[in-house]
Amino acid sequence: MTTVFAFIETFKGVASPASWEAVAAAKMIAGAGGASVTALVFGENASAVASQAAQYGANAALVCEDATLAQFRLEPFAALLTALVNEHKPVAVVAVSSSRARELLAASAADTNSPMLSEVAALTVGADGKLSAERAVYAGKVISDVAVTGGGTQFVTLRSRAFKAATPDASAQAAVTTVAPALSEDQIPTKIESFEEEVGKVSLSDAAIIVSGGRAMANNPKDAPAGTADAAVWKAQDGFAHTIQPLAEALGGAVGASRAAVDAGYIPYAHQVGQTGKVVAPDLYIAAGISGAIQHQAGMRTSKVIVAINKDPEAPIFKMARFGLVGDLYAIVPAITAEVKRRLGK
Amino acid sequence: MHVVAFTRSTPDTAAKVEVGANGQPTWGDAATVVNPWDEYALEEAILQAEATSGQATVIALGDELHNEALKHSLAMGLNAAIRVEDAALNTGDALAAASAAAAAVKKLGDVKLVICGKEAVDTGTDQHIFQMARKLGWTLLSNVSKILSVDEAAGTIRVERQIEQGKQVVSAALPAVLTVTKEINEPRYPSFIGIRKASKATIPVWSLADLAAEVPSAGVSVTGYRNLPPRDVKLEMLSGTPEEMAAKLVDLLIEEKVL
Ligand SMILES: Cc1cc2nc3c(=O)[nH]c(=O)nc-3n(C[C@H](O)[C@H](O)[C@H](O)COP(=O)(O)OP(=O)(O)OC[C@H]3O[C@@H](n4cnc5c(N)ncnc54)[C@H](O)[C@@H]3O)c2cc1C
Ligand SMILES: Nc1ncnc2c1ncn2[C@@H]1O[C@H](COP(=O)(O)O)[C@@H](O)[C@H]1O
Repeated sequence: MTTVFAFIETFKGVASPASWEAVAAAKMIAGAGGASVTALVFGENASAVASQAAQYGANAALVCEDATLAQFRLEPFAALLTALVNEHKPVAVVAVSSSRARELLAASAADTNSPMLSEVAALTVGADGKLSAERAVYAGKVISDVAVTGGGTQFVTLRSRAFKAATPDASAQAAVTTVAPALSEDQIPTKIESFEEEVGKVSLSDAAIIVSGGRAMANNPKDAPAGTADAAVWKAQDGFAHTIQPLAEALGGAVGASRAAVDAGYIPYAHQVGQTGKVVAPDLYIAAGISGAIQHQAGMRTSKVIVAINKDPEAPIFKMARFGLVGDLYAIVPAITAEVKRRLGK
Repeated sequence: MHVVAFTRSTPDTAAKVEVGANGQPTWGDAATVVNPWDEYALEEAILQAEATSGQATVIALGDELHNEALKHSLAMGLNAAIRVEDAALNTGDALAAASAAAAAVKKLGDVKLVICGKEAVDTGTDQHIFQMARKLGWTLLSNVSKILSVDEAAGTIRVERQIEQGKQVVSAALPAVLTVTKEINEPRYPSFIGIRKASKATIPVWSLADLAAEVPSAGVSVTGYRNLPPRDVKLEMLSGTPEEMAAKLVDLLIEEKVL
């Protein structure tokens, strides 16, 4: 029976919600040719995650809970994926494009000399089962159409949030098969010596709502405490923590930033949106004190609704915004936070 | 130790890129620059070569547009540059490019470390780096933010890498392919003397025949480029006091179904 593999990404035994988008895309590919969807779950807690995958549409699952797979390492994961691809000859392997899924699928596509379409925003299945896709290039300034012309398993990574996960069906079940790892520990060239988790780190790429601050965060009317080495940095950090973050929290969203804010040390790089930061596509993007340079636009231009808050009515960000608010972000953002809390009771 | 960095020329990030009459992306007379991510890779290749009294070679795949990035690399202080060009590599097939890149590294013979930028800002992928590592059969370490130690004799490397959930310290076997993040170093500016020397350098071009490489094609091709559909938004400016604007905004966002 032909099948489509969906790679379920886990961290500490918990699936990333974006994985269900991969299951949905796999189902779309399978549906066209009457194939099944097989979830691949490697690592801690894999069997439990596999039954969750069933609720999102997987018909079967291949799981491996071996200790060598407890934390993601490319070599054991790729060797196992390659072995499963060689054995099952799936029509396609689909994953959402996190950094680990990108390297995993690229590696396995190389091992098996198979075609790969990466970070696709839209996908079409041809009458012959071959996939073609649309992807953003030149930092989202141009769309590229790519197509599989050769044979073999088709590897696909999806831009996160480009495909919609199915509504889970609590009664759905999948046939779970346990598979053996392809490499033993002494065949793996990498050892993880230590890991320092950054807790509370929100994933920008998965967020439905993002509130971003820019260089203007330094214009905080609060005074820095006496003796502060760099008052601008203190003011901006305080602004991210006590003005931007509360709105993001009230909306259940994540905090973003412009490169100017990151370079000035106002907020860590992980929050940077743009050409050399994260490319995001939330439902709602609120830009506060961000001018809207082309490199920033590259990271957020496909957001559904953009709100710009800027004291300069000529700022380029207004050219792409749906709603514009001219004024001091330090007066406007807290007012929005209060209103959101009042209206949505969050 | 012999270290290799890869680079490419990309249009200046501020350039307006559009699909031209020939169906290919064009950026008018805007300048091209070294792919911004590669600057960190080039700097790290110089540092690692210096630390081991070795040498650093930079390679680019593609047409002569990429000579600019190679000359910039030489001006920064890399010791040698090579360009790999072959009509068979023009399809946009990452596996073909990766196989050619791996063959070029093999041809150099004594390379222990390949360092690449995190991704290419133009093609927007890092796929071919990972595929090059697999074609070489080498260890891959992505998103390296610090090289803690390299022991060429023992054939080991220890690095700190950034993953989505935090920071890892990893030890691994050499030879290895690394991608590096911006935390790893401060890329230097080319010196005046460096620029003069680089401008006189002739860059050897290797074809697939020179590499004696068998380049598998994965059967992927770029079928065309399109301009973005115009962002069809009607800007609505809100007015009033901050509180009035906030109340209106929340109404409108509920209406737009994003809250
Ligand atoms: C190679 C390269 C890559 C780049 N990559 C990125 C990237 O990935 N992401 C990115 O963002 N940028 C990137 N940039 C930088 C980009 O060009 C801009 O410099 C940057 O986006 C500007 O950030 P900003 O909008 O916060 O700052 P500014 O352009 O200084 O804008 C600040 C804005 O705040 C407004 N303002 C000031 N005070 C207030 C206040 N109290 N209330 C409300 N508004 C106020 C001002 O009117 C102004 O519009 C890149 C640049 C290069 C060269
Ligand atoms: N034409 C090229 N020549 C040399 N290196 C390249 C080339 N294209 C990409 N690279 C390297 O690979 C990275 C990502 O490339 P890609 O996977 O093609 O998008 C870049 O940052 C470079 O380090």
